[in-house]
Amino acid sequence: MAEPLLRVEKLVRRFGGIVATDNVSLDVASGELHAIIGPNGAGKTTLISQLTGHLEPHSGSVSLAGRDITYLPAYRRCALGLARSFQITSLLLDFTAADNVALAAQAHAGTSFRFFANARKEKGLRDAAHAALDRVGLAHRADVPVSKLSHGERRQIELAVALASKPKLLLLDEPMAGLGVTESQGMVKLLQELRKEVSIVLVEHDMPAVFALADRISVLVYGRVIASGDPAAIRANDEVKRAYLGDQHVVTHHG
Amino acid sequence: MKAFTVSKAVTALMLAGLVLLPLYSQLSGNVFILTLFTRIVILALAAASLNLIMGFGGMMSFGHAAYLGIGGYAVGMLAQEGVGSGWIQFPVALAASAIYALVIGALSLRTRGVYFIMITLAFAQMAYYVASGLARYGGDDGLTVYKRSDFSGLINLSNRTQFYYLCLACLFGVMLLIWRIVNSRFGLVVQGLRSNEQRMQAIGFPAKRYQLVCFVISGTMCGLAGALLANNTDFVSPAVMYWTRSGDLMVMVILGGMGTLFGPVMGAVVFLLLEEFLSQITEYWALIMGPLLLLIVLFGRGGIMGVLGRAGRG
Repeated sequence: MAEPLLRVEKLVRRFGGIVATDNVSLDVASGELHAIIGPNGAGKTTLISQLTGHLEPHSGSVSLAGRDITYLPAYRRCALGLARSFQITSLLLDFTAADNVALAAQAHAGTSFRFFANARKEKGLRDAAHAALDRVGLAHRADVPVSKLSHGERRQIELAVALASKPKLLLLDEPMAGLGVTESQGMVKLLQELRKEVSIVLVEHDMPAVFALADRISVLVYGRVIASGDPAAIRANDEVKRAYLGDQHVVTHHG
Repeated sequence: MKAFTVSKAVTALMLAGLVLLPLYSQLSGNVFILTLFTRIVILALAAASLNLIMGFGGMMSFGHAAYLGIGGYAVGMLAQEGVGSGWIQFPVALAASAIYALVIGALSLRTRGVYFIMITLAFAQMAYYVASGLARYGGDDGLTVYKRSDFSGLINLSNRTQFYYLCLACLFGVMLLIWRIVNSRFGLVVQGLRSNEQRMQAIGFPAKRYQLVCFVISGTMCGLAGALLANNTDFVSPAVMYWTRSGDLMVMVILGGMGTLFGPVMGAVVFLLLEEFLSQITEYWALIMGPLLLLIVLFGRGGIMGVLGRAGRG
């Protein structure tokens, strides 16, 4: 088997006496959409934060395309092709949508120690921003300050920002969080398109979405991976049912 | 697209006033007003430089007056040692300010928020006490600059009008530079960091590097103001670095409008004119000035520029 794009090995992270990430190992193959699910407090965001470099693990390793990135700072990982979206929308509120996305493109297009030329008139950056906004269906809102956009639109901008850095791997931390039914469906459709171009790690609570999208699913409970496999295998797994899916009838009846 | 607005009109009026002031002074024979406005222009430059880190960069430096002292002492000390050439004094003033900013910035930027405010304040107070201890250069009493910087016939700093226009040219030059920086790639990154540092790190920008460079640019600009100020007063003393002066600069920025291009200039003009005229009316001018500033800060969100902007729309 070829080198996986992302390899996580025996990752451990403790907070005081609590082991939030307990010996987690998982692989994400190139082109794969790998979903991570688990009940609240299972340590999903802690895990993602260690993948993006916002949190250091106590032991174990993370490698991207064969390169050890366990202790690289966030901005260096981003340069290697790792982009993320935040569970709680994290954008530059006083900037326009286009500015938010253009800055992400700028981070990957040469030095930003340029002091004189007007960056908002750099055609390459503006085009990249509009392409990414168009990709998520928000091209018509490009010049609106993010603070004036709806929650759903901000979720989409989060995605556009991640896309603008032309990542190899996209880490999406609950992209559907707080979205209405229609908006969620739109986001699923969008992710179905995006997965053709980029590998994705998806952390999500929305079970129908996860089962519709994922190639493989890893189930996290109390910081440990209790099962990993394709959606059918996960749905059939007794331990998973007990720990997590037991009362989620909707999943077993869906699709 | 470039619509007429109240704030633009007032800004244009103010700039025109600054340019034409020497003419008025000449015609009316009022020499004092030119001296007063030379000081205002110099401190406006200092406020504009502070605004670059405070307004655009979100770095609340409470030690900006240190650069006024460093620039001033560079001029004063060199003059004392017999180096009267402005071609040497000014570059040394700028370089000394840049180096100080680099060291202080590298240390201070390890902290955030209130700690950043306190540590920049602490460093400026250290600079103040170092200057007080310079026995050879007057110590507490300060240092008289007997001869203004000599620019070998190009411009005579002892001529009031020429000196005023030099200061004004420096102010306009710095404003132009800030305007370019703010809209550049670098400027957008710095403003992005003010807005959301975590997000900027996640899209691939190492925060500290950009903030430090911004801090150094701002400090160097203020060093220029310091060199001009020493020439203006023919004197430099530790008092120019005292924390109350740093506070004055912050008030000018907030009063005029943080993070706007012309706000700090407007703030400096209003602040110093108020100070001047209130102190002529009463010895207890600070009693009027304090509450007045408080009212503006409390009710005039965005400072003078903010109020003018709303007036334009309303």
